[in-house]
Amino acid sequence: MNSLILSTVARAVIALMVLFSLYLLIRGHNLPGGGFVGGLVAASAFLLHAIANGVPATRRLLRVDPRAITMIGVAVAIIAGLVAAFQGAPFLTGVWAFPGGVPLGTPLLFDVGVYLVVVGAVVTLVLALEEDA
Amino acid sequence: MEVLLAVLVGWLFGAAVYLMLSRSLVRYLFGLVLISNAANLAIFASGRLTRGAPALVPDGLTAPAEVVANALPQALILTAIVIGFGLLAFAFVLAYRAHDELGTVDTDAMRVAEPIAEEKPVPAASGRETAV
Amino acid sequence: MSWLLVLPIAIPMATAVLALLVRKQHIMERYVSAGGGAALFVATVVLLAAVWQDGTLVGRMGNWPPPFGIVLVADLFSAVMVLIAGLTGLLIVIFALATVDVERERFAFHSFYHILLGGVCGAFLTGDVFNLYVWFEVMLISSFALIALGGEKAQLDGAVKYAAINLVSTILFLTSIGLLYGATGTLNMAELNQAVRAVENQGLIDAIAIMFLIAFGIKAAVFPLFFWLPASYHTPPVAVTAIFAALMTKVGVYALFRMFTLVFTNDLALTHTVMLVVAALTMITGVLGAAAHTDIRRILSFHIVSQIGYMVLGLALFTPLALVGGVFYLIHHIIVKANLFLIGGVIKRVAGSFDLNRLGGLYLSHPVLAVMFLIPAFSLAGFPPLSGFWAKLILIKASLDLEEYLIAGVALVVGLLTIYSMTKIWIQAFWKPLPADGAPAGPAPLSGFERVALYTPIIVMCAVTVTIGIWVEPFFVFAERAAQELIEPAGYVAAVLGGGPR
Repeated sequence: MNSLILSTVARAVIALMVLFSLYLLIRGHNLPGGGFVGGLVAASAFLLHAIANGVPATRRLLRVDPRAITMIGVAVAIIAGLVAAFQGAPFLTGVWAFPGGVPLGTPLLFDVGVYLVVVGAVVTLVLALEEDA
Repeated sequence: MEVLLAVLVGWLFGAAVYLMLSRSLVRYLFGLVLISNAANLAIFASGRLTRGAPALVPDGLTAPAEVVANALPQALILTAIVIGFGLLAFAFVLAYRAHDELGTVDTDAMRVAEPIAEEKPVPAASGRETAV
Repeated sequence: MSWLLVLPIAIPMATAVLALLVRKQHIMERYVSAGGGAALFVATVVLLAAVWQDGTLVGRMGNWPPPFGIVLVADLFSAVMVLIAGLTGLLIVIFALATVDVERERFAFHSFYHILLGGVCGAFLTGDVFNLYVWFEVMLISSFALIALGGEKAQLDGAVKYAAINLVSTILFLTSIGLLYGATGTLNMAELNQAVRAVENQGLIDAIAIMFLIAFGIKAAVFPLFFWLPASYHTPPVAVTAIFAALMTKVGVYALFRMFTLVFTNDLALTHTVMLVVAALTMITGVLGAAAHTDIRRILSFHIVSQIGYMVLGLALFTPLALVGGVFYLIHHIIVKANLFLIGGVIKRVAGSFDLNRLGGLYLSHPVLAVMFLIPAFSLAGFPPLSGFWAKLILIKASLDLEEYLIAGVALVVGLLTIYSMTKIWIQAFWKPLPADGAPAGPAPLSGFERVALYTPIIVMCAVTVTIGIWVEPFFVFAERAAQELIEPAGYVAAVLGGGPR
């Protein structure tokens, strides 16, 4: 779509949306939110970009193939599950560390994986459709 | 309340089946949207409807302070919605591509894979050669 | 020990990730894919060995105790199914290296293939009904991608039908899970074993059981729910068809075996009688459908349906011997059927067609292939001393023991008709001279790499078929122990819940 208004507004909104998606991702550990919704919001941001500036521009913006993002997400999730092996606990057991009092754990890492999978999958799908149309 | 929900689920299922029996692929897809929601509602209802807080433990406590809602059906539905989302997205893309390639959404007219006159399978007219 | 259970799921997933990340280096991707297949096979062998030695293995994911957390369980039946999945997965990926075109590989064929394998292994290993649903979906979505990959007209046509009916099955499965949870309050299979009996309203349980039967029946392609299978299986590349034929419907059969030995055994008169009728009709319709076709892939597709009938028969009779037969049949069938499809692929590669009317003279030009075809074909029909003979023998003996003469007769007649189909392929493709309007001789002669990649899987599978046929005793003992665990689920329940049923 070739609209000056949309592409101008989109620039500001996209940044906000990505930021909000990260907020949702981190909030999701203890409160409603999480990787899936966060990922959807981030994916909508990229789709807005694609609608405003065209698919090729979005592909340039992403730098990496969205399918690769999906797969990296899967890899992150698997790694999050495997960390437990170092403690002799079963697959997917939550492992926590507190560097400087900040609780960081594998559940969060897993959620990051989910986030990436959702972003990658949704963007792949819709960009493919946009390119066809 | 459960009865009301059960009636709604039944209604949705009925409407969905009606749509899905149509020859048009588009109607089938809309039926699919309805029926997945009906299935999710069925799970929701089978977890019993109670008034309760979200199953979250407040800071400083080790057990929830009040009656909480059954979180398991909610988790199941969430998973089912996510999966259903992926499947539906795929189904829509597939239908779109099928319409592009086959030029129809009428399932009765889709006979490329199973030609009616079975003497010889119709080779893809000008398309790529069937790969092994 | 729980890590052994995770590996058959984690290895394919990791392989899928790696294969996609290195897809720019095309050769690398193929090495990763084949290496992942090999690693999976090794892991499944180790798993089976561990289960054989130590009995049922249970892994609590995330260290949550059952029934609250998800458990992965491997009893002998699960473990052997995983092993067969690993073996066929490895062999078919080798075959795929030589047959799947670069275009498809560029669109992440190998990634989808390994996700499919991961989903199949997950479905075999899980001990939780909802988790089973999730694995079914993993499998389903990657199979959608595999069947449509390449986007030929016929493929899209087949994919629409495949997707449409399988999505209905998915929804039915999901709904019945919801109802089951509503009735019993748990979804852990081991706990369900007891919980189902405690429900007052047994009519409701019967209804849910039938819903599960329909949902899995669609997946397993039993009569009258099989129509999607012959409509779609012949459209994708042969490597894809072979892995589908080997594993996809068998997951449905596995789920039937699991649920109807562990959970729904209260009303055998209803559920297992329905299954018996279904089994007979499935056998007959499948084999008659095959008789009407001349495309090798379509003949074989209908034979999948027909053979599913035998497996369901083993479950329906529900005696220890019948279950032995069912388990035996599953194992034998996966190998044989995958092999036949691969041979069909080789025929297409060397002779240029799947259509029997346009084929001929292959016995003269490819005698080795001809012999390799005879082994699985005769095994499928049930000739001694091949694996299929023993599988059929056990099932028929079990039906005669129960004085179910009709079903035994059906099983025998269907075996005869199977020979008809197989000899049809034999005579038309191998024996008769090449017809005048026959397919043009195969494109280029096989290169050295193709020769290895095409024939190795076929030869290995033939060897397995012959081995099972000749040294049947250890396999029989194994199937007997697996069936024993199925028919007396107390051991399974105790292993999962710890300290016996509650």
